[in-house]
Amino acid sequence: MIIINAVIEVFPQIARGLGVTITVLIAASLLAYIMAFVAGLSKLSNNVFIRKATGFYVEIFRGTSLIVQLFWLYYAIPMLFNIPLGTNWWIGVIAIGLNYGAYLSEVVRSSIVAVDKGQTEAAIALNMTSFQRMRLIIFPQAVRMMLPEFGNYTILMLKSTSLVSLIGLRDILYYGDIIRSTNASITPLVYTLVLVLYFLLALPLIWLTRKGEGIAKKGVASS
Amino acid sequence: MNTTYWSWDRFFEALPFILDGLGLTIFLTISCFIFALVFGFVWTFLRRIPNRPFNWIVSWVMEFIRTTPPLVQLFFIYYAWPVMPLVGTTLSPVQSAILGLGLHYSTYISEIYRSGIESVEKGQWEAAQALNLSTLDKWRKVILPQAIPPTVPMLGNYFIILFKEVPLVSTISVAEILLLANTYGARNWAYLEPLTIVGIIFLLLSYPSSILIRKLEDRMNTRFDKNALAKSS
Repeated sequence: MIIINAVIEVFPQIARGLGVTITVLIAASLLAYIMAFVAGLSKLSNNVFIRKATGFYVEIFRGTSLIVQLFWLYYAIPMLFNIPLGTNWWIGVIAIGLNYGAYLSEVVRSSIVAVDKGQTEAAIALNMTSFQRMRLIIFPQAVRMMLPEFGNYTILMLKSTSLVSLIGLRDILYYGDIIRSTNASITPLVYTLVLVLYFLLALPLIWLTRKGEGIAKKGVASS
Repeated sequence: MNTTYWSWDRFFEALPFILDGLGLTIFLTISCFIFALVFGFVWTFLRRIPNRPFNWIVSWVMEFIRTTPPLVQLFFIYYAWPVMPLVGTTLSPVQSAILGLGLHYSTYISEIYRSGIESVEKGQWEAAQALNLSTLDKWRKVILPQAIPPTVPMLGNYFIILFKEVPLVSTISVAEILLLANTYGARNWAYLEPLTIVGIIFLLLSYPSSILIRKLEDRMNTRFDKNALAKSS
């Protein structure tokens, strides 16, 4: 009974952070998806400069830790652009979005490369322009292959939204930490609830990822 | 206001201070990785016990560990475990770090083992049975020697991923490079230079390692059946 009462008391307090966790996840995912396609396609560009610049972006973000990038942007953005602190929500979104955009751009690039060469040749034979080729033939086939990885990376993004509590954003973990610091004896309960809440948020994403796996496999010859 | 712009003096002052933590970062990466490698085997073993409800529970426990933030798991182990009734014991920050990150990544490592084991041809299992090998011998002499080597590049990738996750433990006061950078930043009210140093250290160590792993991957692909792993996963 004591535990149930504690849950009833603690849960609403932690759930106050849901708004921030979810909005950061959605905004960061959108940014990451956009960056993934922009960078993934740029990596396949004929222009050497565009390829090199994209490669630089991808390697910087994949080669360092998200937590380091988050802190770096947190201190650097206000300095470089002379804007006041307090735009932490944007900094969290930008850090997570750019980081996972770099990882996902590799997924986009490798999926496009993985589309059978005969498809390109057939499109050329049909006298399609290179834009038509990409839009009508290659892209639709590549996107299907990307779906499971996009799902997996979105789950990773959900996990990494917990980092924004470190720059003072009031997400689920932030409220959990507040309760822990005022009432240490219920710490196990607090963090268990935080973990369960993250898991509940992840469940639909897990389900979507499995759906994506189904779509990616459908109609593909299992060589 | 002498803190607004970049200063090379500060950069070179902070550099040795931060490099002091590099040893601990590398030690933690290796320790967490070993923990994950060993515990990954435990998960793989538990999942192969032929009992449906038990299997179902194990795979959901793994799913839970894998899909919840490692940061919260670290906080749980560091702050919550000591005050747990009955089982609670106090763990040092370094112990909590190894346990937390090691456990989190063991679920990923187990997945890699599984793909390796499933890629061993059916004929090999049958042959082991036909030779009347004991279960232990079957695994030790037939299955694992074929299952593990092709997974080495994937395990290597996770080593690099783990290396980049280690700065998370600065939040539970382990004095690795990120914590030292933040300490320097707080003392001098200048974070840009120390954090840039941390970024450069990660880049310098992880980029060459990832190229090395790619080379290893190519070599493995020519040595083993290229498609065996892709097929099973």
